[in-house]
This record gives sequence, structure tokens and C-alpha cells, in this order.
Amino acid sequence: MPRITVNVDGIAYEEEVEPRLLLVHLLRDRLGKTGTPIGCDTGNCGACTVMLDGQSAKSCSVLAVQADGSDVVTVEGLARGGEWHPMQRAFHEEHALQCGYCTPGMIMAAIDLLRDDPDPSEEAVREGLEGNLCRCTGYCNIVRAVRRGAAEMSRRSASESSAQEVPAP
Amino acid sequence: MTEQLVENAPSAAHEVGKARRRKEDARLVTGRTTWTDNIQLPGMMYVAFLRSPMAHARITRVDTSAASGRPGVVAVYSGRDFADEQGSLPCAWPVSEDVVIPDHPPMAVDEVRYVGEAVACVVATDRYRAADALEAIEIDYEPLDPVLDMTEALAEGSTKVHDAGNQAFTWKFAGGDIEEAFRDAPVVIERTYVQQRLIPSAMEPRAVVATTDGDAFTLYSATQIPHILRVMLALTTGIPEHKLRVIAPDVGGGFGSKLQVTAEEVLALLLTRRLGRPVKWTESRSEGNLTVHHGRDQLQRISVAADRDGRVRGVKVDLLADMGAYLMLVTPGVPLLGAFMYNGIYKMDAYDFSCTGVFTTKMPTDAYRGAGRPEATFAIERAMDELAHELGMDPVELRRRNWITHEEFPYTTICGLTYDSGNYEAATERALALLGYDKLRAEQADRRDRRDPVQLGIGVSTFTEMCGLAPSRVLGSLSYGAGGWEHASVRMLPTGKVEVVTGSSPHGQGHETAWSQIVADALGVPFEDVSVLHGDTSVSHKGMDTYGSRSLAVGGVAVLAACEKVKDRAKELAAHLLEASADDIEFADGTFKVRGTGAGRTIQELALATFAAHDLPDGFEPALDADATFDPDNFSFPHGTHLCAIEVDTETGASKIRTYVAVDDVGSVVNPLIVEGQVHGGIAQGIAQALFEEAVYDTEGNLLTTTMADYLIPSAADLPDFVTDRTETPATTNPLGVKGVGEAGTIASTPAVVNAIVDALRPYGVNDVRMPCTPERIWRTVTEADPAIWAGPTAAGNNIGDSAGPPATGGDTTDWAGPTVAGDDITGSAAEGGAR
Ligand code: FES
Ligand code: FES
Repeated sequence: MPRITVNVDGIAYEEEVEPRLLLVHLLRDRLGKTGTPIGCDTGNCGACTVMLDGQSAKSCSVLAVQADGSDVVTVEGLARGGEWHPMQRAFHEEHALQCGYCTPGMIMAAIDLLRDDPDPSEEAVREGLEGNLCRCTGYCNIVRAVRRGAAEMSRRSASESSAQEVPAP
Repeated sequence: MTEQLVENAPSAAHEVGKARRRKEDARLVTGRTTWTDNIQLPGMMYVAFLRSPMAHARITRVDTSAASGRPGVVAVYSGRDFADEQGSLPCAWPVSEDVVIPDHPPMAVDEVRYVGEAVACVVATDRYRAADALEAIEIDYEPLDPVLDMTEALAEGSTKVHDAGNQAFTWKFAGGDIEEAFRDAPVVIERTYVQQRLIPSAMEPRAVVATTDGDAFTLYSATQIPHILRVMLALTTGIPEHKLRVIAPDVGGGFGSKLQVTAEEVLALLLTRRLGRPVKWTESRSEGNLTVHHGRDQLQRISVAADRDGRVRGVKVDLLADMGAYLMLVTPGVPLLGAFMYNGIYKMDAYDFSCTGVFTTKMPTDAYRGAGRPEATFAIERAMDELAHELGMDPVELRRRNWITHEEFPYTTICGLTYDSGNYEAATERALALLGYDKLRAEQADRRDRRDPVQLGIGVSTFTEMCGLAPSRVLGSLSYGAGGWEHASVRMLPTGKVEVVTGSSPHGQGHETAWSQIVADALGVPFEDVSVLHGDTSVSHKGMDTYGSRSLAVGGVAVLAACEKVKDRAKELAAHLLEASADDIEFADGTFKVRGTGAGRTIQELALATFAAHDLPDGFEPALDADATFDPDNFSFPHGTHLCAIEVDTETGASKIRTYVAVDDVGSVVNPLIVEGQVHGGIAQGIAQALFEEAVYDTEGNLLTTTMADYLIPSAADLPDFVTDRTETPATTNPLGVKGVGEAGTIASTPAVVNAIVDALRPYGVNDVRMPCTPERIWRTVTEADPAIWAGPTAAGNNIGDSAGPPATGGDTTDWAGPTVAGDDITGSAAEGGAR
């Protein structure tokens, strides 16, 4: 069986895996990273979305062996120093989740969406999240949350860069 | 906030009515969830099911030996191996004397009756190996004819799904003199509508984990109904109820689909019992589309008799309801939940309802968001638009002439239900204003004049529904097998914190937050100091669970009632400690005070005093805790007005919702954020039925829509933003004044959207488009329309293409086709709309 090394939410794992094992099953069944759920078997729902080397990926559509040597961030690895990621907070503030099953994937996809477009319009958010299905919310609050999260992230990166520009007294 | 609520919530905190962010979210946004499939137990084995590839066949041979030898395989069983043990999956709603409840083995033994029915299972060391071994099971089938069409199923000589025949039951209900109402009626509208089959599609697939210590059993399941499930599993498997614990951990949506006792739940328990080790089964989405119960699937004939001024005289309804292959938990009861709703919000002299349940070789149907009420609302709201068109009247005006006015509440309808409160005028006025109705009607007239290839339609849906299921006596009179009460416990802990145990079982509705708000106000404790426990029969020992928009209207009221009892006990203790008479004790903001003095005790101090128990009144048990059970006297009746403006491209068939306005009245509101979220989600699911979703079987009885690539659940890109608002007419039948909100959006939105599409296509003589109104269907309807119609003289009511418009009995078309000239009529309604 192939042996792979994969870094998940900051921890390096070395695992022997069957070639057919899906990344999502590696995460859930082997590593106990159950924060990333599975909603379908055809790559349509997006519930399983994670960051794979900085880009969003549906972890049900990636083999564990393909993730060898990669860096994976799941929803469990977003918080920093006990503080939620702005997108997690925005989902909470805007009531962008009900059952919460789609939420991990939705949050990861939303963060990925902002890499290309840090200030997406409503339209752009709706198009950008086309691959993530939610059965509970009707999406209105998800769209609001993504735009709120985007605004907060821009505000932070602006204040971070201005902090860097100002020389220390 | 209403006065009524203030009265019941004396705390200055006034948590009720606040848009509190949810307590549930913390674990959900960080991934620290407990979905059933997350659960790993030592020594746990995985189960996979082999499912019938045939819609209808006799099983002639089963050989599991090759599969048994596969690596990692612990056991392989067919239905026959459990024949003496597996019992029959329960139907708790024997609706009528003539109901046929066929034996329903969890794994088929002799005959399969739908594609996907379980026929064998593998238990193995991991999911991949379990799935691999399925391929090695050999089963021979002798094919039988599938039974797919309800009308054909009832015809003489049809292949029988069950020996007793294909009629599952008949059920009738009437009020007033229907013959009188239809006799010489100046206008009669007759329509047939197809409620297509839907797949509920909760995002979390079903999953079950079962374990045993050799004596007692624990079942974790992605279920809406841990309490009902426990009782039913005890009865089905013979495991004594007190040896069976059922846990619904985090559950990822239900919409009725997890209101079920499933084959997989029964078999997980039996496998654990037989093997003495924990087992897990999690379905794939494709497996789920085949075997999670489906929803809707009714053929509706509705006739409305009216006077020329638009007054409705009577409504007649005749339904065929597809049961699928078996009767599951409440399968035959679903149409009954709609039986009292085809009159909608309207006054009339007579009503007549009949329904026939039909067996087919498809997945059984059962409750799906709204269960019976969306179907009823669709039919009456579509028919009202047809009547308006027939009369050349604005559809809002027609409704206005018929609805119960706000002064008339409480109003006992022709169906015998007493609607306690409502204000249809207020909700409608608000909705019309938000939509800009008059302006859109003017634009519509303009587009029609210009023969714009993109036509504009405006759909109206003024709905009500009966929810808050339900008064136990009423359920009894409808032959349902259980009650409709709900239970709650409130426990004051020594440090003054509060634990609330609720019998309702959330799966996205936010009970932990809303119940905390109710308790915070009732007991005057901080919102943060309340925790809500649910979903585990060892923790919440009594309950009727979550469905039918009942949690708040029944379960929330039980929580309030338990708080009242806690307060009574605290008052008695405070009087004792303060050496005053209980009559002189006042309660405000969490403190019990002697009237007119500064002396008092907080509820937290009193809780601690019961823990110490050093100084209690004689005979006072050392606790403030209380239990309460609430059984409502009546249903609750949320209502509202939904308006949809849609653009239909007549050249491509594409439709685009331009504005969707929903003004709902769900009574008093505990948490407006949660209410709005429920409305949003409900609307989306109703729109999904109107535009996107349909479970399709081919002529052999194979389901074609087994994946999310084929069964089109709308994404964010497919839906618009919704404009929502509320009017607030408190329910008078419960002390919170609440009405329930879980199903309202779904019930209201489907007819609003289809009415809008038909309205857009009226110039083409179109009077129906079958759901889902896909671009192809719309395009065909337009293409097949008579090009002469637009200018033509008598085609307003012409029924086009794919629609199911004409009466099934082939009656005189003048019954349903309007005599008015299409063009004139349109100008007429636009003018009326503009005049308002
Ligand atoms: S589980 Fe990966 S896309 Fe659905
Ligand atoms: S919140 Fe339930 S699926 Fe999105």
C-alpha cells in the first residue's frame, strides 16, 4: 500500500492508504477530521470542500494518494488562536446556516472565492458558490454572510498592511 | 412584541422577540459536530445493502456464499436469513376502515416491489470492503410487470403490487351541500394538476450506528423522531423499550424525510443483536435518492363553482395519491393533512373531498415539507387564478371578495376547522406595496402590447395552513396512532444555571437558541445561563419530536409551562424564606420580592437553597424542577401573501424570477432571525418544486434521477434574493401566541411561481404548465400554442401542450375554457390592477 505524507490543519500525518481511498474518507475515517462532511457521491454538493495547497477542492473527488505531500486546511483549521476566521463569524452573524451540514464546505468555498474577487457582488457570490448546495437556507443569508466576511477580511488586510507601513515609534 | 408575550415574559430582559445569534452555530461553523457518520466505536463494522435492480420481481434464488468469503467480510445475509426476526416496517396511520397495510419486510424475502428495495446486506470491516462484497452476492429474479401509473393501477386487470390489489384506501370528507353549490353555478372551473414526485434531499444522508452491551441497545440515527423511533423499533424488533436508547445526534436537515422508521434502522439493530458488535451504515446520495421516502406525487382534480361576481360557492376535490409500494410511517395520512385545506382562506357554502391511495412499484411516499398542505394550497391557489382569468378579474380582487376578513375571526371554515386569528388584508396590502404590484401590471400590459418576446407574469398566493401538529384528540379522530402533545422539563441547577429538556428534536431549527430565549424571559435568568438538551431518549425521556411545524407551537409552549411551574415552586420557597404569604410575593427580573418591601430572593439563591435543603417548607421537595406537557386544543394557522414576478423568455423557455415578495404572519415571534431563515428556506424548496425538481422513473420503473446531477436541487445561482416581511397576528390558542413557520414558505411559494408563469403566458392561451416548469416545458407550451391565439377571438382558456389542464373525464370544454377574448381580458385585469 502506498505511504503518503499529508499535512492537515497544521499536523503532519504519515499514512498507508489503499490507492482508491478518497481524501474525504482519509480525513474522516482515518484521521478523525469529521468536521468535513459528505453530501453526495457525484461531486455535486460541495459539502466536502477543503483547501488543498491553498485552493478549494472537493475532497470526495480527490484520492488520498493525490494529496501526498500536500497541505490540507479544513474548516477545523480555520480559527487562529481561538478566534474564528472572519468568514466563520460572518456565517454566524448573518444566520447563514440552519442544520449546518453544508456549512464547512460553504465556508471553504467562500474563502476561496475571495482569492479572485475580494469584494464580490451578490451576483458573483451566487455564481461563485454554484457548486455548493444548501437545502436549508435558501441562500439569501449565505450571500450576505460571504459579502460581510469579505468586507471584514479586506478591512483586516488593509489594517495589517497599513500597520506594516507605519514605522515603529 | 405583543402584549400577550410581555405578560408571559415578565423579565426586563425581553429575550423573546430579539434576533439572537444562534447558540448552535459555534460547533457547526468550526466543524466540531456529531453527525451520525462521525461516530466511531471500538470494533465497529460497516454495513452495505444490496438493492433490487428490478421494480417488480419474484426472488427465485439467493446465494451469498461467494460474498461471505471476501476479505474483511464478517457476515452476509439476505431477507430470508431475517425472515422470522425482522417483522414489518410500521405504518402508524391506518386512515380508514378499508385501508390495506401490506407486510413490509425490511429486507425483501420473496418479492421486490421497487428499485432500491433492500434484498441482502454485507457486514465488513470497512465501508469499501462491504461495498465490494455486494458484487459477489447472486440473486435471481423472475420479473413481474411494473405498476407505474396510478390510473392504470386502478384499472381492471392491472398487475397487482400486493395480493389485495392496488387500492390502498379511500377517504372522503364533505361539508355543506355540494350539489346545491354546483347546480346552476354560473361559472365552474375544473382543472387537473400533477403534483410531481419529489426527493426531499436533506443534505446529510441517512446514517445509523447501533451498539449493544449484550443486554441493552443504543441506536444513533440521523432522525427527526428519536422518541417515536424508539417506540416503533421496540414494537418491531421485540427489544424491550426500556432496553433501547435512541439518540439523534447532530442531524443535517430532515424536511420530513427523517420522519420515518427505516429498514436500515431496524436491520442495524438486528445485526448488532446477532453479531454482538457495533455496526454502522451510511447511505450514499444515490442510494438515498432511491430509498429515502419520496414526497408529493398526487393527481389532483379540483372544481370550483362560483357566481359571476367571483363569489366562490363550492369546491370539489378528487385525489389520486401515489403511495408507492408500501405504506410507511404516515404515508396514507399525508393527503389527509391537506384534506381540510383545499378551501384555503376562503368562505364558501360547500366542500367535497375524496382521495384514493394507490400502490405502485415505486419508492413509498411519505411526509415532505408541508405534507399534504402544499398540494392543497397549490390546487386552490392555481384554481383561484384560473377563476380570476375566467371572470376577467384581477386575481387579488377575486381573493379579496372571498377571503375571511380580519373581523370574522375566529372563523369556522367549511371544513370544520376554526381559524383562530389572521389578517389576510394586512399581509396582502403589505405584499402588494413591496412588490410594486400596480407598476408591474402596467409593465406587463406594455410588454403584452409590444409582443415582447420576454413576457412578465405576476403570481399570487394567499395561503394558510394548519400546523402545530396537533391536538391529540383530533389525531385520534383521524385514526393516527399517536398523540400530538409535547413534553419539557426545566431544571434549576444549584449554581443557578438552567437545563431545559425538550421532547422536540431539532435538525436545523435552532431550538437551543429559541428555547433559551423563552426560558430567559420566563425565569428572569440570562440567556447564556440556559442550556437545552434534546435528541437522546435517555436524557429526554418523553417526546413527540419535530415535524409539522410543531416544535415552537407545541414544544415551546411546553417549555413555557414548565417554567411557570418552576416559578410557582420558587414563589412558595421565597415566601417561606422571607416569612411572607405567597400572595404577597411578586416576581420580576428573576427576583421574588415581598410586595412593598425591599426584601427578596433571586431565583438563583432559591435554587441553591433547595440544594442545601436546610430550610425548606414542610413537605417541600428539595428542587425547583418541573415537567410539563402541552397538548394544544387547536392547530395553528400561519398565513401570508406571496407574490412572484417572473420574466419568461418565450423564445427560449427560460424563466427568471425578478422579484419574490413574501409577507408571512406566523403569529408572535420568538426570534425574527430564525423565522426569516425558515421562510427563506421554505420558499426555496417551494420554488424548487415549481421550477426544478422531479423524481423521474422510466417505463421499467427505474429511477432516472439518482444523483444530484440529475435531480436538480437549486443552487445559489438559480435563486433570487427574497423580499420578506411579516405581519403579526398572535395565535389565540397558545400562551406564546406563536403559529409555526417551518413549512409556510414551501406551502406558499409553489403556486405563486406557477401562477406567475401561467400569467406570463396567458396571451398565448396557456392555462397551465406542468411542474417542474423547466425551460423545455415552457418552450414547448409556447411553441405548441396556436399562433393565432394572440389575436384570436375565443382562446383565453385554451389548454396547451404539456399541461394537465382539461378535466380527466373529458367534460364539456366550456366548463373550463373561458369565453372571454384573451387580449380583452388581459387589458381588463391590467386596468383593474392599475386602478387599485
Ligand atoms: S461530497 Fe463532495 S461534492 Fe458532495
Ligand atoms: S444549512 Fe442545512 S444544508 Fe445548508
